[in-house]
Amino acid sequence: MKKVFLLLVLWGWHLTAAAGLTIEITEGAEGALPIAVVPFGGSSPEDIAAIVASDLKRSGRFKPLPAADMLARPHGKAEVDFRDWRALKQESLVVGQVSPSGSGYQVRFELFDVFRGEQLAGYQFNTTARDLRPTAHHIADLIYEALTGERGAFATRIAYITGVRSADGKERVVLQVSDSDGFNPQTIFSSNEPVLSPAWSPDGRRLAYVSFENRKPAIYIQEVYSGQREKIADFPGINGAPAWSPDGRELAITLSKDGNPDIHIMDVASRSLRAITRHPAIDTEPAWAPDGRSLVFTSDRGGSPQIYRVSASGGEPQRVTFEGKYNARASYSADGKRLTMVTRDGGEFRIGVLDLATKAFRTVSDGSLDESPSFAPNGSMIIYAARAQGRGVLFAVSADGRTRQRLALEGGDVREPVWSPYSKR
Amino acid sequence: MSTPKLVWAALAISALLFGGCSSMQSSEEAPVGDATGGAGGGAAGARGSKWTGGALDDPSSPLSKRVVYFEYDSAEMLPDSREILRAHGSYLSSNRSTHITIEGHCDERGSREYNLALGERRAQTVKRYLEAEGVSGGQMGIISYGEERPANPGHTEAAWAENRRGVLVY
Repeated sequence: MKKVFLLLVLWGWHLTAAAGLTIEITEGAEGALPIAVVPFGGSSPEDIAAIVASDLKRSGRFKPLPAADMLARPHGKAEVDFRDWRALKQESLVVGQVSPSGSGYQVRFELFDVFRGEQLAGYQFNTTARDLRPTAHHIADLIYEALTGERGAFATRIAYITGVRSADGKERVVLQVSDSDGFNPQTIFSSNEPVLSPAWSPDGRRLAYVSFENRKPAIYIQEVYSGQREKIADFPGINGAPAWSPDGRELAITLSKDGNPDIHIMDVASRSLRAITRHPAIDTEPAWAPDGRSLVFTSDRGGSPQIYRVSASGGEPQRVTFEGKYNARASYSADGKRLTMVTRDGGEFRIGVLDLATKAFRTVSDGSLDESPSFAPNGSMIIYAARAQGRGVLFAVSADGRTRQRLALEGGDVREPVWSPYSKR
Repeated sequence: MSTPKLVWAALAISALLFGGCSSMQSSEEAPVGDATGGAGGGAAGARGSKWTGGALDDPSSPLSKRVVYFEYDSAEMLPDSREILRAHGSYLSSNRSTHITIEGHCDERGSREYNLALGERRAQTVKRYLEAEGVSGGQMGIISYGEERPANPGHTEAAWAENRRGVLVY
């Protein structure tokens, strides 16, 4: 705790956007790569370097140098004296410039290896004022990939639910989509009745979710850009927990039309259904393996909620989790090697990561009511919901659990975050 | 109008007022209105019909209690639920045209979809109990709200205990 506080004092900063999210660094990582992201030259409505630095820091892999500690502020290679950055023990350096271009901006950046004094990457983009933040996330992705060899996942989005309670105690429930750092929130759907379980289609263009707008749960699919929506499952009882197959053609869903919740697979185009589980216990929260051949789901058939795996063609499920009395809502990392889930740790509900090959289980959160974890598409981070000061907030944690950052919408109860897939390159 | 008649009228009015007051208290204690939220049928209906003097609205009757509570992560009802459900069972089996919806609710702990399923199981427990009391299945619908409609928005053991509930909505 003391360490967390110190880190807050030493390295903490926060950024605020009007009607956006407050970002607070709650923990820092040891062993992260020191990188200097110099404030870009030119004038820009967005601080590109700050957005890039915040992204890199959130991954847990980098330790950006505070701008106040910089000895120089170069904007291009000609102005860089690598001795300045070696003196500050920086391994990498990012410089850049934003210039007006037509009705928008041109953003240019260069990434250097400080020790060798070599350029590792350099790009320029033409963009609009509105797309400056997405451009900054794209730059962070390019830097992340150049330095780690893994694709970055900052230029992605998250979907989440916000509950806003009015004075009469009623809750307005809003399905929102924002950038991966919580900025640029957009409302996708809102209702006075419960809305839950948003799920991205693999192409990132559609969301499936559960809405009680007709006083009972039904599953809807909505186009993110056009807003066009349709109801695709409205059977008696529960219609819940939609999960897209990796090819986007099918949805695994929970239906209780036959008396108790079982996993079904629906062909999205034809709406034809097939039952995957038939068991008197609760079977729910299906999630596809990335190869589309099997699913994991939550079942209490063994007496307490645990994760099971079943073939996408049905058959006998196999139990996957054995540690603890409560493991639920599992989902895969994109490489299929890990599962993240809600796990009860004593009396606390936390986020766990199970390595499927080694069976090693690690708890990566430290709250008491943590839920709804989902991996970033590159597997480097997990976003989840937690309670802080009586309301729902979102955290992004590095998959090793070492770096945690809070994304908190002001004035609302934020929950059920789900990380989008990559947008198409 | 003679003085005794005036006193009598005043007593009757205060009895009505007092009755109305305690009826509202009981509807808060049994958060039918909160639970149905936007539907608004529960509390509004109870308040709107309280003057008819029907058995359902008599605050001294066990029928005025519409909420039963459950053990943690379980569809097992707390022991004092049985008396409440027996009263409703008896009322519903002698009023065959009356239809109710049984709502199942959960506390906020654990995952939401699992809680949606658990809430349905709780509602089914209540339904089966009433069926055993002679109520026809056709008189009862069930719906689970999972953890989406807490009666108490707090995050304490006491709040959670209030939220693990089944609600009978007439």
